[in-house]
Amino acid sequence: MVKILIPTALRQYVDQRDAVEVEARTVGEALETLSRRYTELRRHLYNEEGKLRSFVNIYLNDEDIRYLQREATPLNDGDTLTIVPSIAGGGHGDQHHQCAC
Amino acid sequence: MATSITSAPASLSHEEILRYSRHLIMPEVAMEGQLRLKQARVLLIGAGGLGSPVALYLAAAGVGRIGLVDFDVVDLTNLQRQILHGTSDVGRKKLDSAVERLRQINPHVTVDRYDVALTRDNALEIIADYDIVVDGTDNFPTRYLVNDACVMLGKPNVYGSIFRFEGQATIFAYPGGPCYRCLYPEPPPPGLVPSCAEGGVLGILPGLIGVIQATETVKLILGKGQPLVGRLLLYDALAMRFRELKLRRNPDCPVCGDNPTIRELIDYDAFCGIRRHEDSGPAEWQIDPREVKARLDRGERLVLLDVREPHELQICKIPGAKNIPLSELPRRIHELDSAEEIVVYCKMGGRSAKAVEFLRQVGFRKVKNLRGGTNLWAELVDPSMPRY
Repeated sequence: MVKILIPTALRQYVDQRDAVEVEARTVGEALETLSRRYTELRRHLYNEEGKLRSFVNIYLNDEDIRYLQREATPLNDGDTLTIVPSIAGGGHGDQHHQCAC
Repeated sequence: MATSITSAPASLSHEEILRYSRHLIMPEVAMEGQLRLKQARVLLIGAGGLGSPVALYLAAAGVGRIGLVDFDVVDLTNLQRQILHGTSDVGRKKLDSAVERLRQINPHVTVDRYDVALTRDNALEIIADYDIVVDGTDNFPTRYLVNDACVMLGKPNVYGSIFRFEGQATIFAYPGGPCYRCLYPEPPPPGLVPSCAEGGVLGILPGLIGVIQATETVKLILGKGQPLVGRLLLYDALAMRFRELKLRRNPDCPVCGDNPTIRELIDYDAFCGIRRHEDSGPAEWQIDPREVKARLDRGERLVLLDVREPHELQICKIPGAKNIPLSELPRRIHELDSAEEIVVYCKMGGRSAKAVEFLRQVGFRKVKNLRGGTNLWAELVDPSMPRY
């Protein structure tokens, strides 16, 4: 089992859970299983070509998978995957800004 | 470790020695460190949620020169988190209330005012006069602008960002360290991530993340400790948990990489896919709240579709509206009849614009977006309804 930590911005697509556990041998398999279980999450993780979106960072434990073997990175039991999305908020503007946090 | 900020320091008056005595008696700060603080020049982009605690603590700590970039006016909805400003400041320039408050805390601090939006035309010139930049902005174009300008000028960028109960902090553009683009090469397309005003934020959260930014700024100035470089600090207020992820400089980064391809500032709105003033869709897809009210009063059949989240209905709603949250619209579309005239609304018109676009794509013809959402409805049609 690996645990996938879900950031606040994406919890609305996973029944408000902060973590989801899946059985998977690789990072790619884990994310695929996750987005099969929660279909509305898929478009937030993958682009139209089925590639992971470039503004979504995936970490295996504390390491960016881009510096491991990306989606082919093997997983061990008890590993933690973290989805780290872009957030821009500074708690600053309300109505006057093109806010994207 | 840290970049050396100061050259030959000035001196402290007796009043300043007393004021900073709790710093001066610590060997990590002492007289040398306090003089470094006094000579330091720090630029804060944004005097809002993050900028408030940063400015307050840097002023109290005796940072000699603080620049504030903000063109905004204090709004009642700011006060839940922007502790630089008070109730009597509503309607005033944020710079006015900020400068007043900082002077009150420490008259030895010089505050530079920049009553402008940071743009590609002024960013390099403004940032060049400072040693450290603290990024407390609220939108992706400015995040990338601040990053690129800091990398080009070699100024550390003390970064913080927040969303609901969750925050991130790190230092970008530190010599040898990663930059914002190493972490996020591209921004998300507009609309995929909910906005501050639509997503909300725990008022205390910018306090905590801002204090981390202020701490890192002071450490950089003192040249003490391990700076938060190459590490992304994640904070989850609900779980009350801090985590740390490794960040690396990307040798292929277009800005800070070994062979940078971006050597001057670019059009950041275009880079972030933002079309100014077109976010609500074509004008003919919009409808004025007063027109909707008049037609309802005449007894015309209009379906009002509220695409806000269920908990927002507790704040206010337009009587008779049907609620389908935007995220559920695709799978609940069968609940709507494309033969009927539909007016979609949310809080400000952003989410409803997406709903209108989606409905038109799947064949609905008679669907319009209520201009300005419930906030404008409250202003123009029903003053008994609260704005939020």
